[in-house]
Parts: sequence; structure tokens; C-alpha cells
Amino acid sequence: MAARKSTKKPNVSADELKTFYRDMLLIRRFEEKAGQLYGMGLIGGFCHLYIGQEAVVVGLEAAAEDGDKRITTYRDHGHMLACGMDPKGVMAELTGREGGYSRGKGGSMHMFSKEKHFYGGHGIVGANVPLGAGLAFADKYNENGRVTFTYFGDGAANQGQVYETFNMAALWDLPVIFVIENNQYAMGTSQKRSTSSPDIYTRGEAFGIPGEAVDGMDVLAVKEAGEKAVAHCRSGKGPYILEIKTYRYRGHSMSDPAKYRTREEVQKMRDEKDAIEHVRDLLLSGSHASEDDLKAIDKEIKEIVNASAEFAKDSPVPAAEELWTDIYADTAPQNA
Amino acid sequence: MATEILMPALSPTMEEGTLAKWLVKEGDSVKSGDIMAEIETDKATMEFEAVDEGTIGKILIEEGTEGVKVNTAIAVLLEEGESADDIESVATPESAPEDEAPAPKKSAPAEAKAPEAPKADTSPDWPEGTEMETKTVREALNAAMAEEMRDDPTVFIMGEEVAEYQGAYKITQNLLEEFGGKRVIDTPITEHGFAGIGVGAAFGGLRPIVEFMTWNFGMQAIDQIINSAAKTLYMSGGQMGCPIVFRGPNGAAARVGAQHSQDYAAWYAQIPGLRVVQPYSAACAKGLLKQAIRDPNPVIFLENEILYGRSFEVPKLDDFTIPFGKAKIWREGSDVTIVSFGIGMTYALEAADKLAEDGVSAEVIDLRTLRPLDYDTVIASVMKTNRCVTVEEGWPVASIGNHISATLMERAFDYLDAPVINCTGKDVPMPYAANLEKLALTSVDEVLDAVRQVTYR
Repeated sequence: MAARKSTKKPNVSADELKTFYRDMLLIRRFEEKAGQLYGMGLIGGFCHLYIGQEAVVVGLEAAAEDGDKRITTYRDHGHMLACGMDPKGVMAELTGREGGYSRGKGGSMHMFSKEKHFYGGHGIVGANVPLGAGLAFADKYNENGRVTFTYFGDGAANQGQVYETFNMAALWDLPVIFVIENNQYAMGTSQKRSTSSPDIYTRGEAFGIPGEAVDGMDVLAVKEAGEKAVAHCRSGKGPYILEIKTYRYRGHSMSDPAKYRTREEVQKMRDEKDAIEHVRDLLLSGSHASEDDLKAIDKEIKEIVNASAEFAKDSPVPAAEELWTDIYADTAPQNA
Repeated sequence: MATEILMPALSPTMEEGTLAKWLVKEGDSVKSGDIMAEIETDKATMEFEAVDEGTIGKILIEEGTEGVKVNTAIAVLLEEGESADDIESVATPESAPEDEAPAPKKSAPAEAKAPEAPKADTSPDWPEGTEMETKTVREALNAAMAEEMRDDPTVFIMGEEVAEYQGAYKITQNLLEEFGGKRVIDTPITEHGFAGIGVGAAFGGLRPIVEFMTWNFGMQAIDQIINSAAKTLYMSGGQMGCPIVFRGPNGAAARVGAQHSQDYAAWYAQIPGLRVVQPYSAACAKGLLKQAIRDPNPVIFLENEILYGRSFEVPKLDDFTIPFGKAKIWREGSDVTIVSFGIGMTYALEAADKLAEDGVSAEVIDLRTLRPLDYDTVIASVMKTNRCVTVEEGWPVASIGNHISATLMERAFDYLDAPVINCTGKDVPMPYAANLEKLALTSVDEVLDAVRQVTYR
């Protein structure tokens, strides 16, 4: 496969490149397995796969520090794996089992981890944007120096509450990075057909929020942009916008026949822009790793993913009593 | 080991489909992401991609076959080094387990309970002999917030005009001076946005009070209140709580027209995950708001502009809260139970006074919180009086009164000597003209009529 060459010499260590390769591969293999389990009826409802977009979360996680927060919309499996959540717990939530992060009560779109500072997993397009600014509000209030990565798509970027949030985030200098994952399609509507201007990153200008476009198929470019945004936020200068141009290879959800784009368009991205192939090429051409080294990583990932699938199949369904727990945060009556 | 490729479910509802076309043939090698076949579901024709690397050893279902059940083996994939001879060793595929969770034992709220008779919790809200002072509802709400903000540095208030303007209805008077701009925050006019920021701040460990200038404007933010605040604890399996209070004036004020005169009690009372409070007196407003700020759950606190200026006796205590789910019996009686809450209590109490003059003894119950709702106090009272009238300003369809009626029918049917009557606002948008507005609300006369009907007088 002809992987695209990086335009400049990467300022990155061999170990870091290997970590990127491993982390991105974990997401891809995990998602492929999730797609397979969906096909077998083990996963139900909505299931939005992240395949193709792996460099976005892996690059930005490389720019984050311990304690930084992240929140996203419904295409969230990649974010969870990238911030270190256990693939077993994520897969078991997809299968709706007791071992899942939400004990089977959330599903694909609704998972959380306080420990990893992952605040969901939200199913209403755009609604997570003020929530992310609210997390940043709490960090600023607590003066703890943390930043919040608030991810949303090119589709969500047209929701009114996004601009309400931009206004307040800028007004109050909230330490929030608005990460627009532009995969070019809001479900089946291309950006061209839904968005009046091509450059979404400029939409903060009216509020005085700096923004930039980033090649989301290049994990090194994503990391570099992420570091710049983090430095801006952490120094108290307020929010920052990153429009990360990426591409999803699979349909919007599992039931998407994808008639709004050609097979050739998808194949071209896979052949010429694939983020994992890019890092693989850097590793091999720079003699940072051998084919055998990479095969060993592939094998390790395959084992992790298979173990997560086994766990997700074997974990019991939630007890019927779970229906009536976690409605309220205390022991007071759980019903009306 | 050779693996079977199974007919996939390609939508949440697909049970079978047509294997329209194979794009690979036996002997072809495939890798992850290659499109192997086209499959027609009930909705569309979908491309079916390979997940694993390998060689197509055998095609089991010919293209053009209709009605292929999900999870039927359609082909066999060979791994490196295997031949078609290995096909016999294919493992039996696993399929989704049957949903074996038995029906939950815990009953729905209105379902019949154990046979013992419900009892009202009639313990006093504050100790006997406590010194009292006269305060307006406005002063009580203001004091509740100030006291809680003094005690807990994570409590802050945000909303339109809450700081420099001192509150559109002066509920936040002097809070900016005492607590400063960090904790008393004027927002732009952007309810959806700042409600969401409040919820996010609660996820992040703070205890926000979000003031809506009126609950009519809060309708802009209802998605954040219901989908983000109320449901996240459940969706996160108990990990992510949302301690937040949304408060502001609710219901009709005076001559402000249809868009500014809506009672949201029944709307929010329907939502699991929310607490819903609608106080009547100043003491209840204070004790319940302090409780709301301390509660670990999202609380909908429905105030009333007309009540803001009313004065009541409030206990002079350093600290005092009223628990949720405990109704208050304002007046004991034996002939009829009148159930109300919020400003509805003004009609209920005035009607009870008039009824007393006619020799009818009415018991008047103030629900105070609509979620949780103190069913026991209402049922215990109706078991005594055998008659019930409910009073609220909200619309009649799916009202709180309807819910009380249904609960009484299910749990106290044998005790009812007459159908329950719901006095509500009329089923119309609020008109502007003073005479029409009066007609659109409920009235003391309507309550009196209802009581006469249920007592057959």
C-alpha cells in the first residue's frame, strides 16, 4: 500500500511512534470486532464506529496531561480506548452486560469513567459542547490548571448551543479546546450541503477564539496542534478551536448503506491517507521497527481485542434489580 | 482454525436479508475492510466488509438467495496455511443470548403495596417552641441561598441578571456583594447554553444553582435538563452524579400572556432522575431550597412570582431543611381532602375557610414536592375523609391531579365515596385580557363547587 509520506521530518521518538501505532491499531481492531459482534446480534441498537479517525484521539491524548478531561458525542469508542479505559469494560457495555462501564445501562453512546476523566458519551448532537465548557468552568473555578477536550463533529458544529457556548467560553476565558472532528459527513449530508462556509475553524473568530485546521490523518500533526492548543488554554488565554480534517471509512452507524459517497472515494482515503499506514511507514522507513516488531504489536492487539470480545460475551446480563438503581444518587426513593 | 463468516445483522431491526451479490470468489484472499458482498436488508442494500484476514475457502450461500437468517454461515474463511480440507473443523458460531432477565420484582410507583395502611409522617418541620419571624417568600429564598453559599464554597449561582441587576425578581439581592463575581455570575441571554454549562460544572464537582428568569425561558434548556442532567447518573451506572438546582418563577404571573404563563409542574414531575419541588409558604421555600442545594441530584425548583411578596412565619434557626417527599397538612379535617401545591394552596386554603363556615371540615394537604410525591399522606387522608379534590393552576391533561386521581383509584378505591375531581387551569393558552385570564385559572369558587359535588351537598 502506498502510504503518504510525511511532509517534514517528524520530531518524535521511536517509542512514541510505536505507541501511536499500537494505540491507533487497538482502536481499529476493536471497532472491527465491534462491527463483527454487531453483525452477530451481540451488540444492538446504534453503534457508530471510529474506523479511519484514529489519529484524532491518539494525537490529542499525546498532548494531554494527567487530570485533563474529555467529553464527546456518540462516536465515542475511540476516545475511551485512547484515554486508557479498559477495552473489556467498553466491549461489555456494547454487549449490554454487567461488566460494562455503565453495567449495561448506557450502551455504545453512554459510557463514562471518572477515573480516566472521560465524561461521556452523549447521544444528543451538540449537547455535549456546553457540558464540556461546564467541565472547564469547574476547573477554572477550582483553579486546578486542567483543560477539557470537547469533541464534536462537523454536523454538531451547526447546532445553536455550540455558538452560545463559544460566546460564554470566550467571555469567561474557559480552558476548553473545542475539537471539531470534521469527517466531512453529518450522517449522510456532506459538509458542502450543510455548512455555509468551508472552514469551520474560523467560526470562533466572531467570538475572538483562535482556531486552526489540522490534517487529522497525520497523528504527528494532530499532536503538535494539540500541544499548541493545550498551552494556550493552560496559560489562561481561554478557549481554542481545532478543526481536525478526518475521514470515517464505515457508515454513520451500522445500518448506513453509505449511498451518499462513492466506494472509490472511501478506497482512495484508505489507500492514500490512512493514519495507521502512515505511522507504519515512518517506523519501517526510519528503521525504528522491523516487520517482526510490528507483527508482534499486531498480535498483542489482536489478543487484547479478542479477550475483550470474550469478556463481553461471557459477562452476565445485568440483574433485573439494576432496572431500579442509579436513578437517584442517594438511598432516597428511586421512584416518583 | 477456519472460521465461518456469518450473515450479519446490518440494522437494529434486521432478522433476515438477501445475499444480493458476492464480490469475492473461492480462493480470493481478503483483508480487513475489503468488501466481500452486497446484502439487502429491509431498508437498503449494504456492503459487507471482511473483518479478518484470510482466504475464502468456500461460499456456502449462493448470491441471489433471499430470506437468509442473521447468523447463518454464508462462507468459510481460511487462515494462513489452511486449506479447504480444514473446513470440517469450523467452530459452531455463538449467537446472541435470549433475553433471560426475569421481570423485575420492584413495583412501579403506583402499584399496590403491602396491605398495611399508609400513614402520614406528621412530624413537625422544626422543633416545638422555635422562635418565629415574619419573612416574605423572596427573603426566604434569598436567605436559603446565602446560607448554603456560606457553608459550601462549591455552591455558585448563574443566570440572567442575577448579579449586578440583583435579580430580575430580586431573589439574588446582595449575593454579588457578599460572594463576589466568581460565585454570582451574570450570563448572556442563552438558556440552552448556560444550563448545559451548569450541568457540566456539576459533573465537574461543583454545585450550581441555575436561575431561569422564568421557567418559560427554561423551556429553551429542557434538553439539557432532561437528557443531560436527569439521565446521566443512570446511563453511567451510577458514576456521574449531577448535583444542580434549576430554579425560577413558574406558572402564571399577572397579565403577561401565553408565552410567559405556563406551569411546568406536571412536565418535570414525569421525569425519573429529577426532583421536583413547588413550595407555597416562605418557611417551606427556605427549608426546601436549602435541601435542594444539598441534594446530590438535579432539582427542579418551581417558584411563583405572585407568592414572592407574600409573608409567612419562618423559624429563626441557624440551619433548617425540609426533607423531600414529605407533604404538609395545613389544616386537618374529616369531610374532604383537598390536595394542592405551590400557588394552588391559596385557593385550597381559602376554600377550606369558607367550607368551615358552612360546616364542612376540609383537610388541606400541600404536596410541596411532586417528585418524590408523598402518596402515603394523601392516601391516609382519603381513607379518613373518603373524598378528594385536587387544585393546581396547570393544564388539565395529564396533570398532577390526574396522577393523584389514578393513584387513589388504584390504592384506595374501596375508600372513595365519590369520584376525585381535579380543579385545574383551563385547556387554553393564557389570554391577556384580565377577565379572560381570571377565567383561565382555577378559582376558589371552582374548588367550592368541586367539594360540594364530592360531598353531595
